[in-house]
Amino acid sequence: MIQLFIAAVVVLLVALILVFRLSDLVGVIKGKQDKPDSKSNTVNAVLMLVFLIVGGIWAWQSAYSSFDLYNLPVASEHGVETDKMFWWTMGITGVAFIITQILLFYFSFRYRYKKNVRASYYHDNSKLEILWTAVPAVVMTILVGYGLVTWNKIMDKAPEDSEVIEIMGMQFAWKVRYPGADGQLGTYDYRKIDDANLFGMDLADRNSHDDFAPRELHVPKGKPVLLNIRARDVLHSVYIPAFRVKMDAVPGMPTKFWFVPTKSTAEMRVETGNPDFNYELACTEVCGNAHFAMRMVVVVDEPEDYERWKEEQRTWLSLNPEYLSQVPEDLKEVAMISAGIEEEKEVNGASF
Amino acid sequence: MSTATMNNSEGEEHAHEEHHEHGFVSTYIFSTDHKMIAKQFLITGIAWAFIGGVMSLIFRLQLGFPDMDMEWLRWLLGNWITPTGKLDPTFYLALVTMHGTIMVFFVLTAGLSGTFSNFLIPLQIGARDMASGFMNMLSYWFFFASGVVMFISLFISTGPASGGWVIYPPLSALPQAMEGSGLGMTLWLVAMALFIVSTLLGGINYITTVINMRTEGLSFSKLPLTIWAFFITAIIGLLSFPVLLSAALLLIFDRSFGTSFYLSEIYIAGEALPNMGGSPILFQHLFWFLGHPEVYIVLLPSLGITSEIISTNSRKPIFGYKAMVGSMIAIGFLSFIVWAHHMFVTGMNPFLGSIFMLLTLIIAVPSAIKVFNYLTTLWRGNIVFTPAMLFSIGLVSFFISGGLTGIFLGNSAVDIQLHDTYFVVAHFHLVMGSAAFFGLLAGVYHWFPKMFGRMMNAKLGYVHFWVSFIGIYLVFFPMHYIGIAGFPRRYYSFTNFDAFSTFGDLNAFISVAAFITFAAQMVFIFNFFYSMYRGKLASTNPWKSNTLEWTTPRFPGHGNWPGAIPKVYRWPYDYSKPINPDYAEKMTEQEIADFPDYIPQNVPYSQTPETNTPQENELVKLEIESEDTIVIEEEEETNS
Repeated sequence: MIQLFIAAVVVLLVALILVFRLSDLVGVIKGKQDKPDSKSNTVNAVLMLVFLIVGGIWAWQSAYSSFDLYNLPVASEHGVETDKMFWWTMGITGVAFIITQILLFYFSFRYRYKKNVRASYYHDNSKLEILWTAVPAVVMTILVGYGLVTWNKIMDKAPEDSEVIEIMGMQFAWKVRYPGADGQLGTYDYRKIDDANLFGMDLADRNSHDDFAPRELHVPKGKPVLLNIRARDVLHSVYIPAFRVKMDAVPGMPTKFWFVPTKSTAEMRVETGNPDFNYELACTEVCGNAHFAMRMVVVVDEPEDYERWKEEQRTWLSLNPEYLSQVPEDLKEVAMISAGIEEEKEVNGASF
Repeated sequence: MSTATMNNSEGEEHAHEEHHEHGFVSTYIFSTDHKMIAKQFLITGIAWAFIGGVMSLIFRLQLGFPDMDMEWLRWLLGNWITPTGKLDPTFYLALVTMHGTIMVFFVLTAGLSGTFSNFLIPLQIGARDMASGFMNMLSYWFFFASGVVMFISLFISTGPASGGWVIYPPLSALPQAMEGSGLGMTLWLVAMALFIVSTLLGGINYITTVINMRTEGLSFSKLPLTIWAFFITAIIGLLSFPVLLSAALLLIFDRSFGTSFYLSEIYIAGEALPNMGGSPILFQHLFWFLGHPEVYIVLLPSLGITSEIISTNSRKPIFGYKAMVGSMIAIGFLSFIVWAHHMFVTGMNPFLGSIFMLLTLIIAVPSAIKVFNYLTTLWRGNIVFTPAMLFSIGLVSFFISGGLTGIFLGNSAVDIQLHDTYFVVAHFHLVMGSAAFFGLLAGVYHWFPKMFGRMMNAKLGYVHFWVSFIGIYLVFFPMHYIGIAGFPRRYYSFTNFDAFSTFGDLNAFISVAAFITFAAQMVFIFNFFYSMYRGKLASTNPWKSNTLEWTTPRFPGHGNWPGAIPKVYRWPYDYSKPINPDYAEKMTEQEIADFPDYIPQNVPYSQTPETNTPQENELVKLEIESEDTIVIEEEEETNS
């Protein structure tokens, strides 16, 4: 099969070279003049027009038929805003695109070389130039203004009642940590990281005792969610396409992004007609060879389901009771209570 | 040319008149002649473009046909093909990284500026050579050395640098983070340091030559737009490349000497590193302080080349010469204060984001001016479709398409979703990749007769253009859809995600289009080398162009002009200048039709009474006076 293919290519190449050589020799015999070759000039001019028309139809057709594939469902409040901006920008630039491309190819065709025609010696027109400086300037000002308002709203401080969740990128997985019943995430220190304590939680901080670290990221529908973003080793980037959320995770520099999910996973399954639909979180900053595999499932719950889910989660400390030894003596009792570790379990800890 | 003018500049010529017989080495290898150095840059650039192109084909195979058995590439890639016949994911990243590095720096910076600044600056400003031929030679050989180091890095066992062409630390700083961050990254940094030296040596030379060595009468207001573009490009490069060098130096310190410029609180490979207090964001600021101007270092020479070619082949003056120069200066200036638009979602203060969004979108204005001026130049022209002209029109089309998507990305709010997706890939491949590449090709087709004294085959040029032009659109236009759908860049495979499981067919389509486009470049390579030896001999001015390089002989020797350097009297865009009615009345129709539609820059007004304006007739008097005393008509601005 491959041999056949190679043979075909070789034959084709030889044929092309022969034709080329022949036409080259014919050209020499004919003794081409310095005048433009008006036949190929016309062919190229016509091709310009053909390209404009066929290309235009193809571009429209392909953009139209792929629309449902690239028009992603949106499930956050600010995402609706940025999508709106995107499509406004598309409209404005689309008009500019169509006009300028039509002019470019039409002029190329229309003003193709003709014998005995002298081009116009037209090299300045202040009015025109001011016009096409001013129009883009005004349009840009509008877009900038619109963009600034949207951007500032998105990047504004998260509301007080936000659900605070920590998300950490590492090679090659995402890890999330919830503050637990006290609503406070415990502090961390990267030097405390080990195979079990992935976050480097500082267990001397009592806020950390009830923190829990589930496998999936759950968020409540209709409530602001604040992601505290960090990275453990190299740069990563939190990217949840359906929420239009993206923010780099930087080692040594916590970042954040807040958003309000608007559709629960269940609702989205109905909307997309896909019973297996899941929100996904990806990495968009190259971080090593498994960069393309840093997937985490995001679940949007109805608020009451979310609360129930949170209550069901076991604290990290209760799942890793051996770390109780890192808790200062005076806090141990409190820690066991807030971590939900029962006495007998701790006694049986050795057999764990 | 008026013989009277030859007396004026004889003093400086004598030094150059002594012609030495040069050996092979000093002619072809360690040459200090700007034309030979330009050819060296060009051919090295073509070689690198081939390598970079092949790399893109390999990763397009992976993206378009992820299930393909790649065993048949083992002869080339060795152990980078896994035992199961798949492309190694680490090597995929290495390919993407090296493709970017090679194309941006080696092809579109050195291959483009190195070729055309070297070739055209002395020829178009009427100089015997560059200000320093020796530095110019060093510039090429530093580039060559840089290429050797980069090439070696492709063959080491841990692979070349793999963290993306932007080499963000900590990934690039820590060998434990990925294989390519070991020796491969060290070699990358060494190669880039050499490359920066090369760029600076070249840039200083270009700037000095343009400022000091213009021929008599060639004021800045009469400079061809090519020279303006190379001049501004060189200034941008001179100001921005040192910043990249410092970024690279600090990275070298972090990698090898235990400093913490970019590293902080890192736990990797089971170990907490001692580095504290550094900031990866600092690297990004330094990198993009070069990285963004770099976009214009790549693009401006192409725009300059295109301006020249479009004007010549429309047989019309470029529309809005001053606006063209002004917008290039504006773009050059603005390019320094927009870098952080690459960093909207890196965790940088959002307030900075809003400032940079404002500044970024301002750049759209001079860019739009340039497009409108190109369009108006075509309007009511008499367009000759040489291959160079076709590529120039193609460039304008790409510049529009890719430029407009920049308005999405420059808007920080919209960029949240689009950042680091295929939308960005499509955007910059059109606006700086393909557009600049088309500028390069246009330049080669246009100045090939002056470089090698022979013509390239036009028919092959047409085939090359149409297949490339359509092919590139087929590759990058649909790529926007993939980007809008949110597919992230630098992904080895998309199958892990439900959200990115669509578009398998489209990715295959894009890959096929990329193969066809690449195949068309082989037509060019054949045409290039074939025509170098077997092409039709060129006339001295085959495109009937006005600039000074076309006043040199077919094979310009060392020193460019065998006699005196021509003097310049007018701007370079006197195409189709109207014949004054007084003269036209007396001419037959045939005479009018045969009247030349171009007046080279070195033709004095005294020889063109038929087309002079009243102000220009005044200048004739000055010209006559200047036969004895040197008068440079600085005040003459009527043309520009």
